[in-house]
Amino acid sequence: MNVILYLLPIALGLGLLGLAAFLWSLKKGQYDDLEGAAVRILDDDDLPEERRPGRGSGDNGAKPRDRS
Amino acid sequence: MSVSPALAAGVPTTDRVDYSAFVTPAEDGACRLDLAVDGITCAACIREIEDGVAGAPGLRAARLNYTTRRLTVTLDEGADAAAAVARLERLGYRAYPFTQSREEAIESAETKDLLTRLGVAAFAAMNIMLLSVSVWSGNVSDIDPETRDLFHWLSALIAIPAVAYSGQPFFKAAIRSIRAGGLGMDVPISLGVLLAVGVSLWETAHSATHAYFDSAVMLLAFLLAGRVLDQAMRKRTRAVAGNLIALRGDTARRIDADGGVTEIPVLAVKAGERLAVRPGDRIAVDGIVEEGTSEIDASLVTGETAHEPVAPGATVHSGTLNVSGALVVRATAAAESSLVAEVNKLLDAALLAKSRYVRIADRAARLYSPVVHATALLTALGWLAYGAGPHFAILTAVAVLIITCPCALGLAVPAVQVVVSGALFKAGVLLSAGDGVERIAACDTVVLDKTGTLTTPEARIANRADAPDDLLALAARLAQTSSHPLARALMLAASRDGLDTSPLADAREEPGRGVVARFEGVEARLGSADFCGAREEAARALAADPDATAIAVSLGERRAVLTLRQTLKDDAAATVARLKGMGLAVLIVSGDREGPVSRAAAAVGIETWHAGAKPGDKTALIESLTAQGRRVLMVGDGLNDAPALAAAHASLSPISASHLAQTCADALVVGDRLLPVADAVALTRRALRIMRQNLWLATLYNLVAVPIAVAGFVTPLVAALAMSGSSIVVTVNALRAQARTRSRAPVRAGRSAAPRRRLEEVAP
Repeated sequence: MNVILYLLPIALGLGLLGLAAFLWSLKKGQYDDLEGAAVRILDDDDLPEERRPGRGSGDNGAKPRDRS
Repeated sequence: MSVSPALAAGVPTTDRVDYSAFVTPAEDGACRLDLAVDGITCAACIREIEDGVAGAPGLRAARLNYTTRRLTVTLDEGADAAAAVARLERLGYRAYPFTQSREEAIESAETKDLLTRLGVAAFAAMNIMLLSVSVWSGNVSDIDPETRDLFHWLSALIAIPAVAYSGQPFFKAAIRSIRAGGLGMDVPISLGVLLAVGVSLWETAHSATHAYFDSAVMLLAFLLAGRVLDQAMRKRTRAVAGNLIALRGDTARRIDADGGVTEIPVLAVKAGERLAVRPGDRIAVDGIVEEGTSEIDASLVTGETAHEPVAPGATVHSGTLNVSGALVVRATAAAESSLVAEVNKLLDAALLAKSRYVRIADRAARLYSPVVHATALLTALGWLAYGAGPHFAILTAVAVLIITCPCALGLAVPAVQVVVSGALFKAGVLLSAGDGVERIAACDTVVLDKTGTLTTPEARIANRADAPDDLLALAARLAQTSSHPLARALMLAASRDGLDTSPLADAREEPGRGVVARFEGVEARLGSADFCGAREEAARALAADPDATAIAVSLGERRAVLTLRQTLKDDAAATVARLKGMGLAVLIVSGDREGPVSRAAAAVGIETWHAGAKPGDKTALIESLTAQGRRVLMVGDGLNDAPALAAAHASLSPISASHLAQTCADALVVGDRLLPVADAVALTRRALRIMRQNLWLATLYNLVAVPIAVAGFVTPLVAALAMSGSSIVVTVNALRAQARTRSRAPVRAGRSAAPRRRLEEVAP
């Protein structure tokens, strides 16, 4: 049964890691906008400005794009 | 009398917009501005808005919160916040800066705190359960006592800090309620948890077989989850209400020392500042008229629909409408008039009475706690008398306390609350008071205010049928040039009927008289009856409808007289009928004169009405109804309704209501409709039924479980199963409050197509 002397700290350590991750995400405000996170992922504009399709390099980004 | 340049120019225009009152300093020299944004419909809007403001001067970052529909903008210090707003407006999104209300700020801090505690409790519960399951299975096979002790000590090591931290909200509330001399829900919860941990520690120290650490922590985790959900729902409702109020964009026009006019938020107006008030503007703050003469429409404040003339030296209230002439008003610090003072005095008394309300869960706890605690005590005494050792007697008594499970009781009400506030949200009712559901459901009498509640806040055309379409269109096109508040009503009516309302090129306003233009070579006029030469027609129209204001329009020799006044909301009659159908008594109390009130009452089918009521009369009426044993639901919007809203058992306000009325109301009704009032009553009644059912389920469960515990058969495994079982049952039952609303949707759509019934159809 000596094996539990290793297993218990590992199990608890993993649990604590999860708790720490949760507290970190809470502090970073990841639960402030739950709906936004779900729809932001659909937007593929995470590419750098100059590599975005349909957008010239002269565009400074201030102009709204035509979405119609 | 000297006239300031701002006023001499006729209608003062705005030179600057100043949002600095909303900008809060942030880290390293930046500052922050929160904007409520209207018109967000889809995911693509997020990018469009964030990209759209990106080029504003001095802008560092912009982040849109899609859940709350708010944009947080970080700017360099001293950057012009208005530029970002202007950019959004060019994109077609209306945005308005706002400051979080105090309640909202407190609540969002509380939510974060509760979530942290829930995280800790859930972590502890899972890890203790890991150890407990090993012990339970070991107990029936071959665990050796040393291993079991190790597991119990480890459980204790996790449970004690977790309970000490996560249990704090309950312990604090329990201490508060004991100090206040009551036994709330939190007392049995705290006692159960502390006893479970205490006894388990004792057991562990004596190498016993059973420890209840898992039950104690699981109980906390369940209850915290219930509270987090409850608060998350309320937070969202509050955010939406806050946005709607912010988007009304209440601004004032300040006259600066150099004579220029700056548009500033109402909240930033300081006492002593001079404000320019255009005709058609709402007066932002209480003040004294310094220059100009006009008429004031105080209907949203006092309910009185007749206009009151004002001249320099007169006192004007915030929320009143400036009808005819431009004014310069000096803002006064404290509202000095008798009306506001009276309202405040009545309000204090009413709020005091309201704080005595005891929530249903606490009422249940009042019955529950003594019974449970007495049972536990009797169990211990009984076993002692039977000859069992004190150790066994105390252990059994504690098992009784744990198994009676305040858990199901603690979840019974909040679970329903979460579900029903979601359903109310969809129906257009934003719940702001935590106990609003229970109180609205208990009402058997509805007292409606007339102006702004039963009727629309703005004037509408009452005799639409009398005016030919082309003349109405002409009137609307002329009205584009006018600043008169009734001009808006003409434009709205015409655009609703799909008529062309583009402004006429050469139209000009003759102050105090009307608008004149040439239309297809003929002179067109809009304005007073004299101005248009329609005195006889106007006299006839006013004889038929004495409460209305007449506006004439003429095109050459053709003339039409339109009568305008606040008409009943389209669904007013349907709402009253539905409320009556649910067995509620409905009556009207209004500050307006007898004529309009009686006609409105007849039109919607209400027999009992009180006219000319001052704020004191309204509360007196509610108090007398309460004294008759009735529970009153007050629906009102004006400053004068605030004390009555606070005095009533429960209260609702339209979102267009004055600020004071909104803070006194338990829930806000969105949009220009009244039907959500009936929906609110129906939904909360159903919710209250389910809450009661849940409490009964919890009781029933106790009736089964307690004898087993008293007999001494409850092991930690049984306690854990019973606790999760009962919690799941009440939560699933709570979900029924939601299922019903989905099937209701088509019913509502059908009803809105019902024939409209307006005041004019019944007016003499």
